[in-house]
Amino acid sequence: MTLIVTDLGVARGGTPVLEGLSFSLESGKALILRGPNGIGKTTLLRTVAGLQPPLKGRVEGAEDQIAYAAHSDGLKPTLTVAENLTFWASVFGRNGIEKALDGFDLQSLRDRQAGALSAGQKRRLGLSRMLVTGRPIWIMDEPTVSLDTNSVSMFADAVRAHLGQGGSALIATHIDLGLEAEVLDVGPYKAKPPEIDDFDGGFL
Amino acid sequence: MIALLLRDLRLAFRAGGGFGLGLAFFLIVTVMVPFSVGPQPELLSRIAPGVLWLGALLACLLSLDRLLALDWEDGSLDLLATAPLPLESTVTIKALAHWITTGLPLVLAAPVLGVLLNLPLQGFQWLVISLLLGTPALSVIGTFGAALTVGLKRGGLLMSLLVMPLYVPTLIFGSEVARRGAEGMTVQTPLLLLAGISAASIALLPFASAAVLRVNLR
Repeated sequence: MTLIVTDLGVARGGTPVLEGLSFSLESGKALILRGPNGIGKTTLLRTVAGLQPPLKGRVEGAEDQIAYAAHSDGLKPTLTVAENLTFWASVFGRNGIEKALDGFDLQSLRDRQAGALSAGQKRRLGLSRMLVTGRPIWIMDEPTVSLDTNSVSMFADAVRAHLGQGGSALIATHIDLGLEAEVLDVGPYKAKPPEIDDFDGGFL
Repeated sequence: MIALLLRDLRLAFRAGGGFGLGLAFFLIVTVMVPFSVGPQPELLSRIAPGVLWLGALLACLLSLDRLLALDWEDGSLDLLATAPLPLESTVTIKALAHWITTGLPLVLAAPVLGVLLNLPLQGFQWLVISLLLGTPALSVIGTFGAALTVGLKRGGLLMSLLVMPLYVPTLIFGSEVARRGAEGMTVQTPLLLLAGISAASIALLPFASAAVLRVNLR
């Protein structure tokens, strides 16, 4: 399953932030997005995930193929770790959360309420959700925030295993995950400020 | 879909889920009416159907701002939008969960509160039937209002202002059924109109809710 992005332009809050962006992501590959704060990495990922329409250009091969992990993990504080994961597994029509619990060392926390987890543990739970979706393309926005080095390598192992099974991953991050992945710096694709017409242009 | 329904119900019953808040509000409002209008049994029995309907409507409104806002805040709405479940069925399930946790308890509590307001005996049956037919419409319309205001901080008041006018037809025909029932008149016309409003809201509004939700998620 190949994700193809052609001449994509994206806007945040009505302002174009990135334009002319093209890349393709084949199965078994990972692509790391880099760029300074505010350049539009999150906006790009949300567009690829289908949460907002592109300003121009096309995204192909993403429909019903992607699992998206945002800044917030979508956890319910009053549900236990296992209940949170089971819910997401059944939303994606799958069952079996044991592999995800093992992959992120959550077995000992499975009956703990998600509200009682530390920030790093919550993040691990949020990331383990990717394993229960069964979707081939992972789109992740700064997945390593609040993770310690040990958990980061746990996460890198999970991504590597996913790539090994023919999946692919599109990750926006500022740190080195130790993955053999292409790196795309989105800085050069920054949208030019819109040309300013005569100020009464809109009235003519 | 069933997983989502079960999750929403489970969340509602757990600590801080808000189950019973609407019911308690309904109870308190109804109990306070005799204090404000005076303890005259004839007067109370005349206004009982209207008061009970208005109380149920306000109790329903009270719980709406939790309906989608909580899922928006913790990011699960984004994740649900990228899940295989279409947003239309997500909002339908959310409305159903809201009805089960808010509307249904109101229907069941209404006859008890009818006793407090000296509702005539023949009115009980029609009060329950009218609420049973009308509260699903209140939940579905409310879900639409919640979807409209989902991105706004403290959008609860704005949502009430938007939703109240949309509740007017349901309120008119619902309390008309209850009133006519209590006075022993024929109820067929308002009953059919009430059922029609509910059926149309349930059939059409999930599409509108999903559409505005998509816009709000951008």
